[in-house]
Amino acid sequence: MDVKFINPFVMAIANVFETMVHTKVKIRKPQLKQADLVSAEVSGIIGLSGHVQGSVVLSFPRDVACKVASAFAGVEMTVKSPDFADAIGELANMVAGNAKKDFGEYKTSISLPSVIIGPGHTVSQSKAWPYLVIPCETDLGNFAVEVALIETGKPSANPARPVATGAVS
Amino acid sequence: MKILLVDDSRTIRNIQKNTLKALGYDDVTEAADGIEALASIARQKPDLMLVDWNMPNMDGITLIRKVRETDKGLPIIMVTTEAEKARVLEAVKAGVNNYVVKPFTAETLAEKITQTMGRVKATTAAAT
Repeated sequence: MDVKFINPFVMAIANVFETMVHTKVKIRKPQLKQADLVSAEVSGIIGLSGHVQGSVVLSFPRDVACKVASAFAGVEMTVKSPDFADAIGELANMVAGNAKKDFGEYKTSISLPSVIIGPGHTVSQSKAWPYLVIPCETDLGNFAVEVALIETGKPSANPARPVATGAVS
Repeated sequence: MKILLVDDSRTIRNIQKNTLKALGYDDVTEAADGIEALASIARQKPDLMLVDWNMPNMDGITLIRKVRETDKGLPIIMVTTEAEKARVLEAVKAGVNNYVVKPFTAETLAEKITQTMGRVKATTAAAT
């Protein structure tokens, strides 16, 4: 995956979490994700379409997701809270939206967010797409941002949809 | 002053409400998409509207175009993740008075609201 599409995500993660979650993020070196790894328990997913297609997944352990959602919303939250999924989805939306503004001439649209909650779920991507994991460390705990993107070079009206499998609660 | 918040994220609406409360604005109505917003406006016209771009059912840019068909004066601030220059220009062309990019600080949102209402007051005063 071209670094021109990864650096915007690195900057967006830092910007969104510092501004909205009030926590600094230490971002580790992005690495290739191995297929079919067990993911974390909470995933916020955004699809991208247009000159760049794919998806972005904010992937959290349950306790970290609760702390992040609470810090973002300004109220204590658990996964059972009515607005928990909304908060995680909005963070994914902000990271994707903030990143795509730095894609230059590549016109890209983002989907509405989807959130999956449940142990042992995986978010599968097309095997043809490069799939990178950006490890993130914060005082609230560690999480990962998974980015699977491909440059199509021409606009498309059909948003890419990740396929979710596994337990969902 | 009556303020209408239009965003499909209740978390964002709550954050905006807290900022507005700190500024002394308590009369706030909420809508989760453009269709709900149009229904709300039909019941009671707000004095200011904050609008997200990406929403289900009817997005923010469509809502703004529909509102501007009949109301050129309602102050509208777009609050969105859409930050590309082309998007901002599209929103301005549709009739927004100001633009806030998510993520935003409470200070930024407060500043844009104050700025927008100040401009509207100045324009109204000049016209009378």
